Amino acid sequence: MRTLLLVEHDNSAVKDATLSAVTAAAKLGPVDLLVAGFACRAVAVAAAGIAGVDKVLLADHACYEHALPENVAPLVANLMVSYDAFLAPATSKGKSVAPRVAALLDVMQISEILSVEGERSFTRAIYAGNVIATVESTDLKLVITVRGSAFPMTSATGGSAAVEPLSVVADANLSTFVGAEIAELERPELTSAKTVVAGGRALKDAQTFAQIIMPLADKLGASVGASRAAVDAGYAPNDYQVGQTGKVVAPELYVAVGISGAIQHLAGMKDSKTIIAINQDVDAPIFQVADIGLVADLFTAVPDLTAKL
Amino acid sequence: GTGVDLANVKMSMNPFDEIAVEEAIRLKEKGVATEVVAVSIGVAKAQETLRTALAMGADRAILIQTDDEVEPLGVAKLLAKVQEEEGAGLIILGKQAIDDDSNQTGQMLAALLNLPQGTFASKVEVEGDKVSVTREVDGGLETVKLNVPAIVTTDLRLNEPRYASLPNIMKAKSKPLSTKTPADYGVDIAPRLETLKVTEPAKRSAGVKVADVDELVAKLKALGVAA
Repeated sequence: MRTLLLVEHDNSAVKDATLSAVTAAAKLGPVDLLVAGFACRAVAVAAAGIAGVDKVLLADHACYEHALPENVAPLVANLMVSYDAFLAPATSKGKSVAPRVAALLDVMQISEILSVEGERSFTRAIYAGNVIATVESTDLKLVITVRGSAFPMTSATGGSAAVEPLSVVADANLSTFVGAEIAELERPELTSAKTVVAGGRALKDAQTFAQIIMPLADKLGASVGASRAAVDAGYAPNDYQVGQTGKVVAPELYVAVGISGAIQHLAGMKDSKTIIAINQDVDAPIFQVADIGLVADLFTAVPDLTAKL
Repeated sequence: GTGVDLANVKMSMNPFDEIAVEEAIRLKEKGVATEVVAVSIGVAKAQETLRTALAMGADRAILIQTDDEVEPLGVAKLLAKVQEEEGAGLIILGKQAIDDDSNQTGQMLAALLNLPQGTFASKVEVEGDKVSVTREVDGGLETVKLNVPAIVTTDLRLNEPRYASLPNIMKAKSKPLSTKTPADYGVDIAPRLETLKVTEPAKRSAGVKVADVDELVAKLKALGVAA
């Protein structure tokens, strides 16, 4: 089965989500990558170095700069005459483009796969991760998004694929990019971090969140996450949200501070290798999934912990 | 197992769809939208969900009734037919249903109709024949401007859905609700994916509670996390 995988990038570098998706794609057969963007040749060159990749297709044009799905999806759909499967990382870009591609090809998409069980069968989580379904596609071509946390990353080096520029331009003239407000991150990316320190509603306000959570995260070299309650209350930006409707993470270590552990939050972190919970409420559901639990007042326990590490 | 046991389970409107209904009604209240039509596809009981939308403020409803399971592609094809009849300026959907967690229908509908899409919207502003949509994306927010008609899918922070008042619930009972079938639209909804099995995720082994911060530090050191 020949697969085409959409590279997640920011027009200058390949994002880690791509490397996990390559691992999933390689289980189906030979992998070609598609880099769609603008002035992004460096991305294609980096993508060509990913281990095990056959070929990198480069669609470099202003109309692809912001990965508008109205422009990228028809490009992919046209390329699919030569492929059996299209994969994309389950990022906000991948989730916007892939279903559009699926409908253009008249196939059902398989969303956020957790494993490859056979050539046409995959597992995925439903009901906020409380049920794992094994599904098989009867469609001629496959369209799949890949949950990054479920697959190890392929090495970004060691490959020597050829870069093949595409001359196609598919500006649908349906949409324009206006602007973006991207939060400045001085920390590891949430979805690929080895350690995550996350705070919940118990943190009281944005200032307290920063005072309690950030020093611990700095000490552990961790990325910072938040529950939906903390995000909705304005303690942390939206893109910190871990959960069913936010980001799904599976780090080596997840430290949940002042998070009760609603099922929607657990859906985003319960595959973490080790979970530590610090919470004053002994009955908080987070303790049912935590490997190590500390029942304590976080306002004294967390600074104490930070100081002792 | 063959599926999730849904007998005697409380059902309600998908939370993202409540946000979609709320946004449509706000657009009507602002004088931007002239009429709000709520559509649902599924068993006869889905009427209750449509009545909820009518009680919130939708003007009329369409139920496409079927006992068969309908996948996002089938739903998108049916909604595309409804749009061909209705010619809506804006079609608002939830970003995902919290049962199948697919996050596909809006994007598929946009593809089938060749219309622009504003997915994961946290702000929607109609400006003449364009709609400006602020989207929640990895890393922050992004704003796109779409030609109308357009498809919008809602994220959690778009708005706070209202509760239907008792008088409005009573009034909703007399609002028009038409019932159709997939065959009326000539759409084949045969599923493309077969569920081979469903299982419970692996249970995590029981953890330990530590007495104090010192014991936690010792555990972290044992894990190799702390020096």
